[in-house]
Amino acid sequence: MEAGKKSAVGFIHSVESFGSVDGPGVRYVIFMQGCRLRCQFCHNPDTWNRHGGEPVTAEELFEQAMKYKTYWGKKGGITVSGGEPLLQMDFLMELFSRAKEEGVHTCIDTAGQPFSRQEPFFGKFRKLMDMTDLFLLDIKHMDAEQHKILTGAPNENILDLARYLAEQEKPVWIRHVLVPERSDYDEYLLRLDEFVRSLGNVRRFEVLPYHTLGIYKWEELRIPYPLAGIDPPAKERVAYVNKLLHTDAYRGYLED
Amino acid sequence: MVQKEQWGGFKGRLWKEEINTRDFIQSNYTPYDGDASFLAEPTKATETLWGILQGLQKEERAKGGVLDMDTHIVSGINSHAPGYISEEHKDLEKVVGLQTDKPLKRAFMPFGGIKMAEEACRTHGYEPDPELHKIFTEYHKTHNQGVFDAYTPEMKKARHNKIITGLPDTYGRGRIVGDYRRVALYGIDFLMEKKKEDFANCGNGTMTDEVIRQREEISMQYRALGEMKQMAASYGYDISQPAKDAREAVQWLYFGYLAAIKTQNGAAMSVGRVSTFLDIYIQRDLKAGTLTEAEAQELIDHFVMKCRMVKFARITSYTQLFSGDPVWATLEVGGLGQDGRSMVTKTDYRFLHTLENMGPSPEPNMTVLYSSRLPENFKSYAAYISIKTSSVQYENDDVMRPVWGDDYSICCCVSATQTGKEMQFFGARANLAKCLLYAINGGVDCKTREQVGPAYRPITSEYLEYDEVIEKYDAMMDWLAGLYVNTLNVIQYMHDKYYYEAAEMALIDTDVRRTFATGIAGFSHVIDSLSAIKYAKVKVIRDETGLAVDYETTGEFPKYGNDDDRADEIGVWLLKTFLDKIKKHHTYRDSEATTSILTITSNVVYGKATGSMPDGRKAGEPLSPGANPSYGAEKNGLLASLNSVAKLPYEWALDGISNTQTISPGALGHNDDERVENLVRVMDGYFDQGAHHLNVNVFGIEKLIDAMEHPEKEEYANFTIRVSGYAVKFIDLTREQQLDVIARSAHERM
Repeated sequence: MEAGKKSAVGFIHSVESFGSVDGPGVRYVIFMQGCRLRCQFCHNPDTWNRHGGEPVTAEELFEQAMKYKTYWGKKGGITVSGGEPLLQMDFLMELFSRAKEEGVHTCIDTAGQPFSRQEPFFGKFRKLMDMTDLFLLDIKHMDAEQHKILTGAPNENILDLARYLAEQEKPVWIRHVLVPERSDYDEYLLRLDEFVRSLGNVRRFEVLPYHTLGIYKWEELRIPYPLAGIDPPAKERVAYVNKLLHTDAYRGYLED
Repeated sequence: MVQKEQWGGFKGRLWKEEINTRDFIQSNYTPYDGDASFLAEPTKATETLWGILQGLQKEERAKGGVLDMDTHIVSGINSHAPGYISEEHKDLEKVVGLQTDKPLKRAFMPFGGIKMAEEACRTHGYEPDPELHKIFTEYHKTHNQGVFDAYTPEMKKARHNKIITGLPDTYGRGRIVGDYRRVALYGIDFLMEKKKEDFANCGNGTMTDEVIRQREEISMQYRALGEMKQMAASYGYDISQPAKDAREAVQWLYFGYLAAIKTQNGAAMSVGRVSTFLDIYIQRDLKAGTLTEAEAQELIDHFVMKCRMVKFARITSYTQLFSGDPVWATLEVGGLGQDGRSMVTKTDYRFLHTLENMGPSPEPNMTVLYSSRLPENFKSYAAYISIKTSSVQYENDDVMRPVWGDDYSICCCVSATQTGKEMQFFGARANLAKCLLYAINGGVDCKTREQVGPAYRPITSEYLEYDEVIEKYDAMMDWLAGLYVNTLNVIQYMHDKYYYEAAEMALIDTDVRRTFATGIAGFSHVIDSLSAIKYAKVKVIRDETGLAVDYETTGEFPKYGNDDDRADEIGVWLLKTFLDKIKKHHTYRDSEATTSILTITSNVVYGKATGSMPDGRKAGEPLSPGANPSYGAEKNGLLASLNSVAKLPYEWALDGISNTQTISPGALGHNDDERVENLVRVMDGYFDQGAHHLNVNVFGIEKLIDAMEHPEKEEYANFTIRVSGYAVKFIDLTREQQLDVIARSAHERM
């Protein structure tokens, strides 16, 4: 940081010192506050509110994260998740530029909703992208209409982000939450399979079975839970969907 | 230089000039950095014997935890005729020898205290021979009697009020690891000869107390060695000479250990560091073509099976303290040598592999001496076994090696001791959480209302003020440290006098270094309470007599377990302060005082005796175990918690700092490969910071709850979990302790 320049402030929901499923290796995961999507299956609805969270400077947070460097080995590093990290790009840019100075692996876990090829977003995003080693991109639904129902927002720009990252040959892990009665239909899954296969930059493709562990948060926030009565998908179904999506074919992450 | 025909092919000189197992190991072992693919499946014999033993264990559980007890014979090295897992299949046993004449039959061991020995029988429906009662009350004193003959009223009161607690004044103190390898390497005759020399060189004729005592002790050791020979002979083996092959080496070594567990019922009866040593014999036989890999594995499997069978008769209050029938037959693998070479051999793999061949098990207390510089293959295999069985603990070789060298053993749950060179006086714990409450209440126990500590002026203000509390706490700790050390001095004196460990000491150098182990209970609660007093507002709730009985804390305060220096530094201060106070006092036989932060499962019992604390812990609730942060205090995940514990300098707690963590498989990684890799990274990161110990459990809370509700399910028969410093079969814990384990935060963020 330059002398006299103020460190950017971000609003965070919480941190997890031991993340092992949000990117490669052992990771420090920062959950940013604020998201515009309203996914029916969201297990962190307490991160939605864009006017909450704990303010912290990028420098402070980076110092906190570096206390765990000793656990990261060659693969691990920092993952910014949320909420939606792309709503706080100034903060992320400063955090990641510090990380890159120290040779730390950086990863953004995004649902892509804020993405646009318009300025001022696009310019900032491209800068941020250059400092990001890996994107975890959630594709919630392939069908535009169904996406709106499931998340409250359109998916065109999200799919566009996927294509843009592919054009730029940026390493990506695609993640898809399998929700019975919403996304868990062969018809949609076949479209997803085709789309992901067309990208070319996908190092890993994961199916995340919908789970109900976040329901208590909806109850605490007194928001009616839209998926009440829907059970997580059966193991067999998850295995079948993995086959359908050829997730096994995306093995690039093993070499990274 | 001595030469023995059994030493053919072995290199080195020094170990032939003097008793020096370490030199033998360093001169002869073969490091192995390959993977686990060479390992062999259990043989038919192993499966048969293990099947029989599992049947017996089932029967034992069905009978309330004890299969059979001796009520007539006082246990000694040669008290019982040879026993086998099964008479019918005794030819299958590659390693023989039982504590009594029958498998899982518990011996009668009265020397620690006759009352306890009798109570242990009666608790399980057995009636001890009245003649024994007469002998050990009218004709012969026990350790317990000796201690109570010397205790002061103040000591009895402190003990009764459980501010010092878990004291080894009614049973064996344990924690002495004989160098059992010496039996195999040298044979008994050579060891006797050496003790004879020591006897001749003991003193210059002036009979001081020390000289007299030492002469008596050497004579007892010499006799014990002779008895070991006799015991082995009853099983058809002549151990007067060194072992000539791997099978004999395992058998000879086990006979040494067996002599220890037939004569002592210590809380911890460790096996020690034997893997690299045994590997030398196995390697020699494999090379000569006289042993196959399957046979090598069979030897280790059978040896481990014997370690899984060690049992002592215990009383109910003991079981509440140390739940799950543990014996701490601690056995180490891994570690590095002083010269930087890895000491991992194929036999280190073979020992871990017993957990696959015969399933998870709490005993032997399998310990990996860890360093990030161990071969990656071995680290991964250990992590894999942890994930599969939750039966392994890890201790930092990089912090222990500079202090104890490269031939130390773990003598208890986590405490290191130089093998064959040292012995330890085990001293249980002082409850520092309770001590804080005494400081506030002027030495009065808020549970019993007795004046236990000195009647210093109590705190009378409505809100606690940090500086005042610290000043009073410091004074109260002064009192406690002095009383504690002196109570232990009495115990260790009497134990030496009435329950001397002749068999173990016979396999340790005569010129022995002694450590004096003390311990801390309630660690995290003191930190968080002091932090609450410092950073939040703590209002004292007093009863009608003015005694502080509860606290109302308002406001946020940093808690130990979040990698927050404000709280963690209180912990470092507490450890150092207590150790300094301990070290001020005279210790028995000029032993070196150390301390520890480990509580085993006794955290539940200690908690029952401890009133409400300013950190929000309510009266009677379990204390957090060992150096673990308090329940629910951890807010930033596993690594933040590990970082807090890692700040405690091992050098100030040479007796050990135990930390137990449970991680759900889903939170450790997507698949087995990733879980193994991530667990290795966690341990590298933790131990590279100088942390001492980590117990690793890998399972979800659902499994614990299901096992508690359905203990009869086959899958839970051997379901093992690590608790503070040891492992237990989960279904053997009391329900209270099961609930305690479940309540502890499992790291399972999705």
